[in-house]
Amino acid sequence: MTTLFYDGTFEGLLTVIFEIYDRKLSVVRLFKGQQQAGAMFGEKLDVITNEVYATRVLKGLRKKLSPNGVQRLYIAHMAEMDNEENNLVGFIRYVFDSAQNIEDDYGNRYVIRLSEIIRMMRREKHRMEAFVRFQKLKDDTYYASVEPDFNVLPLLIRHFKSRYADQKWMIYDLKRSYGIYYNGHDTQFITLDFATVANPGDVISAYTEDESIYQHLWKSYFHSVNIPMRKNTKLHVRHIPKRYWKHLTEKI
Amino acid sequence: MNADRITEKLSILADAAKYDVSCASSGSKRKNENKGLGNASNGICHSYTEDGRCVSLLKILLTNYCIYDCAYCVSRKGNDIQRAAFTVQEVVDLTINFYRRNYIEGLFLSSGIFKDADFTMERLVQVAKKLRTEHKFNGYIHLKSIPGASDELMREAGLYADRLSVNLEMPTEEGLKLLAPDKNRQDMIDPMQFLKDEIILRKEEKKLFKKAPLFAPAGQSTQVIVGATPETDQQVLQSANYFYQNFNLKRVYYSGYVPVLADKRLPALNTSVPMVRENRLYQADWLMRFYGFNVNEIVNQGQPLLDLDIDPKLSWAIRNMQAFPIDINKADLQLILRVPGIGVQSAQKIVSARKFGKLNWDQLKKIGVSVNRARYFVTCNSPEFERRDLTGNNIKQFILAESQSKYLKNKPNQLNLF
Repeated sequence: MTTLFYDGTFEGLLTVIFEIYDRKLSVVRLFKGQQQAGAMFGEKLDVITNEVYATRVLKGLRKKLSPNGVQRLYIAHMAEMDNEENNLVGFIRYVFDSAQNIEDDYGNRYVIRLSEIIRMMRREKHRMEAFVRFQKLKDDTYYASVEPDFNVLPLLIRHFKSRYADQKWMIYDLKRSYGIYYNGHDTQFITLDFATVANPGDVISAYTEDESIYQHLWKSYFHSVNIPMRKNTKLHVRHIPKRYWKHLTEKI
Repeated sequence: MNADRITEKLSILADAAKYDVSCASSGSKRKNENKGLGNASNGICHSYTEDGRCVSLLKILLTNYCIYDCAYCVSRKGNDIQRAAFTVQEVVDLTINFYRRNYIEGLFLSSGIFKDADFTMERLVQVAKKLRTEHKFNGYIHLKSIPGASDELMREAGLYADRLSVNLEMPTEEGLKLLAPDKNRQDMIDPMQFLKDEIILRKEEKKLFKKAPLFAPAGQSTQVIVGATPETDQQVLQSANYFYQNFNLKRVYYSGYVPVLADKRLPALNTSVPMVRENRLYQADWLMRFYGFNVNEIVNQGQPLLDLDIDPKLSWAIRNMQAFPIDINKADLQLILRVPGIGVQSAQKIVSARKFGKLNWDQLKKIGVSVNRARYFVTCNSPEFERRDLTGNNIKQFILAESQSKYLKNKPNQLNLF
């Protein structure tokens, strides 16, 4: 058994694959970060991300998978789910060890796991497309904070850019401390320093005057469309799990 | 803007519109090509009410003043309620501002009939026109087609709206006669027929000229109220099937009657909403649209009501045990779709995966099959399969017992028999 460590990037993951084949390793375990002295048995190896190796592996993947298949792998890695690296390595090795394209072989544990991860990512992306609640700031930027379960912000750009093409907007992931900002033409990734906001009152005064009116109207609408005789809390919470409530105008 | 007045109107006119269950915002293909606001190609539920229904659109009436006196409707003329009316501009402002904050996918505008059909329809069209032309709004717009409105207005509505709908209200003509004596089913069917023909025509046109305008790209839908009149599920579903077949409807919605009015023709006020029945009707609807079932397989003379205990697919399967077991590694997709516990996605995954090797129970479970249901109806690459010669009724009992025991399992102080 060889224990491998990598930097957590997609190129890093592809470099790991290169090393596995180059060194003819059979049983491996992969971790993010750097090795700790003496903590584990067996061989240990820090994999240094190498663009040339990564490109070669990617080229190989493109030969063996459909374009969609390569993208799915990329998205699954972007999710940054704990301890999924080994399943991704398992998947890629299965790709290279098979003569044909295996991306639809759902009987295989790695293929089905990848499809589960993709499903979770898709659902989270879809939830964000639904649950983002913009608040209008005085400079006409529409601002929203979110805390998605997985790292889905990059997947949201296309949707929000085509939808809100004529307004400035920002979606900020509080959990991962970065956001996307659209200035009316292009989007960019940004980080904000919330520590500089000394007085919470400053935040509220940053909103436009009609912001609170529309929030109130929306809450009142949300209340009016409910049919009390059909109350079904279980179904309600299944659709909007409680962890999302704090960023939903109508549930605050 | 007078915020208090608008809030009051919004609560009256949203409350009056909420019994219309349609909330779909999918099926259109309107893109944001003019660097305007919004697109309508997704279908997103932005929130869910406490009764678990999706909130996708700003669903309101333009007004709840109405010249009709339909027994099942809260807005009927004879009902003593608060009345209100929005101006065209108010609806436009609400839609735009809600949309910009990502609260909604668009607007679903309906209305009580004031003055006459044309006058009402004209106002609805004005709202849509203003949104599309003055505000470059590309979000989803669903308009009610008002029975009796002129062809000209309907045509204009189709140019601005993504979806149009006429509610049939009651599943049968007799039901409608009983509860809405001023209305006539033919008046509802006429605009459906008109729109169907127009949609087909415009589609042909679009094939020839790419620049031809969109015309109601998300098609037509309708709604029937169930439980207000004594129709059987067979009558409801056959009527739905008729409209799917003959009017190319995208959706038929089934709205379990919520008793809001005292009227001797209607169920009493304390009657509960038939929510399970409504759910079974939707399941049956799905079987017709996505699973290749014929309506007569689901309900027929011998089986006019859907089973409330179990879903209609399981119900069909246990009535047709001669069709099972099927071999999951060989059977056609169409047959796999008929197995209880296997959905469309799982069925497709099975068909893809078995090209690489035969599947066993563990793999089927991972793929998403509900094995505790499917195991009575399929065999796979595993020596264990249901060998007992069970009747349909046995299976129903086993499955019901199992789904109940799920709740019992977590009880801490379960009694031991010995």
